[in-house]
Amino acid sequence: MSANSVIIVSDVINRFGPQTVHDGLCMQVERGEIFGIVGGSGSGKSVLLNTILGLRRPQAGRVELSGVDITTLTDSELRQLKMTYGVTFQAGALFSSLTVLQNVQLPMLEHLDISDRALEELALLKVLLVGLPADAAYKYPSQLSGGMIKRAALARALALDPKLLFLDEPTSGLDPISAAAFDELLVSLQQELGLTVVMITHDLDTIFRTCNRIGVIVDRKMISGTLEEIIDNPHPWIRQYFHGARASRFGASRGA
Amino acid sequence: MSYRTERHNETLRLSLLGDWTIQHVGELERSLKTLVRDEVKSIELDLSELKSLDLSGAWLIYDFRTQLAGECPVTLSSPEPPMLQLVAQTLSKDGSAATSVDRGSRSVVENLGRHAWGRFAGWLEGLAFLGVTVLRFLGALKDPRVWRPISIARHVYDTGLTAIPIVALIAFLIAVIIAYMGAQQLQQFGADIFVVDLVTVGVLRELGVLLTAIIVAGRSGSAFAAEIGAMKLNQEIDALKATGVEPIEVLVLPRWIGLVIALPLLTVIADAVGVAGGALLCHLLLDMPLVQYFQRVDESIATWTFWVGIIKAPVFAVLIAAAGTYRGMQVRGSSRELGRLTTVAVVQAIFMVILADALFAVLFMEIGI
Repeated sequence: MSANSVIIVSDVINRFGPQTVHDGLCMQVERGEIFGIVGGSGSGKSVLLNTILGLRRPQAGRVELSGVDITTLTDSELRQLKMTYGVTFQAGALFSSLTVLQNVQLPMLEHLDISDRALEELALLKVLLVGLPADAAYKYPSQLSGGMIKRAALARALALDPKLLFLDEPTSGLDPISAAAFDELLVSLQQELGLTVVMITHDLDTIFRTCNRIGVIVDRKMISGTLEEIIDNPHPWIRQYFHGARASRFGASRGA
Repeated sequence: MSYRTERHNETLRLSLLGDWTIQHVGELERSLKTLVRDEVKSIELDLSELKSLDLSGAWLIYDFRTQLAGECPVTLSSPEPPMLQLVAQTLSKDGSAATSVDRGSRSVVENLGRHAWGRFAGWLEGLAFLGVTVLRFLGALKDPRVWRPISIARHVYDTGLTAIPIVALIAFLIAVIIAYMGAQQLQQFGADIFVVDLVTVGVLRELGVLLTAIIVAGRSGSAFAAEIGAMKLNQEIDALKATGVEPIEVLVLPRWIGLVIALPLLTVIADAVGVAGGALLCHLLLDMPLVQYFQRVDESIATWTFWVGIIKAPVFAVLIAAAGTYRGMQVRGSSRELGRLTTVAVVQAIFMVILADALFAVLFMEIGI
């Protein structure tokens, strides 16, 4: 099992002053799966993501990405590591003074030595791949709709052909139809490109449509398992989350 | 070299080896360009020894095929790998003819016209902003509930109180420099005592208020533009409007009023420190007793000398606050706009302050004070 694990987080402790966010949190993500991270507001989902990305060093514990403990890496080693994964942030975080195409090109320019033509074509390929029309490539982020920004952010995350993708609330703020289209895109890309995806999401639809396994952050630790296992979990917060009013339509159909 | 070539008569067989991934795309691209193809009629690609292929590697193969499509057909010895299919599908969906949008070149005359109109529209917009702010101010005079004393106090503190150290330091240094330069020249004529006039009149009438205004334009003009601009980008201005709160009332007016209060007070401090700096230098360099210095200060200033400086301060304050808040409100779209308009705010504030100072000089000369 561990030979196939892309991410192993063990006994991580994260503290901000007197407040402990994670206390001995463990998490494991297998190659080729879509892993959803769920948790209440303020439960430390984004902190966990930053810890895994190497943007934040935990007070204790290990974080292994493809077998390398990133909590002990030097800055230059971390820089190398950051080429191997792609990230999208909650609000897109596109560079507002660059066009979509330039946004995708930025990581390529920074890390690759390729011709201008290849740079242009490869970036355009990524833009088209996420389902944006070609003319969107030459627009600025302020000219895009919310759904297009999410897609453009995904295109930038895919710029360096990563095998590992982190998404922070990829469908938040989208209408159900756009969200469904995004989920569909994500699943097809994940299969075609052989990606491993770790995703923070609040969207139950997205969870049911895309995730193979889920990790729920409760009581500063993580409870993870397949969808069925999590739905049957007796923890009160998890019951509330998956069996609450908003979730009942799913719960009923699954007979849980 | 990540491929092996074999020639069979007019067919070139390329066996791709190793990793065709994004890290190697640069070198692979260059080596494919140098591929010798003389008298080759067709190329066969063998992908069986390929260790890994990602999207970028697949694009390279796709691109190689489409580039050569006219001259010699490139075939695959094995079925297309899914990655290659994905590239072909994606690029064909949009015709792949997507080249950068034609921005349309314009004639000189059209450019000139657009530019001139842009300038004119900019002036109108600025005038409208000024008008709305003045109207709001007049409205606020009638209805004292609209005054926001806490907000105004905050701006007096931010733009005034915290600026005291730097304003005092610069006023002191400038006074010392003037006194020193003046002393060197005037000593030759035995007219040491006029150094006092030089410093006093120079600082009180002109330099005190002008330098203070320029420092404040740099500190607070930029702060106004950046603060309001960031709020604009963050949709906070829209939120205010939607809540039924007028942004001009809560963001612009308190800054104007705060600065109009703070700048004259800062000028008084600059004047005092400047005169004191002159005293220190005269005492040390010219051995002038302090009593004599201050007696001379008293004699050299006319009724209006101090007020001529101070009267300009509120006007400068309005100019600085107007430039900062107006440019801040203009920010839209991107963080680059924010930087650009902050720069514009400071440059315009300083320019307008100096221009106004020149106009004041003419005015005071005409009315003889």
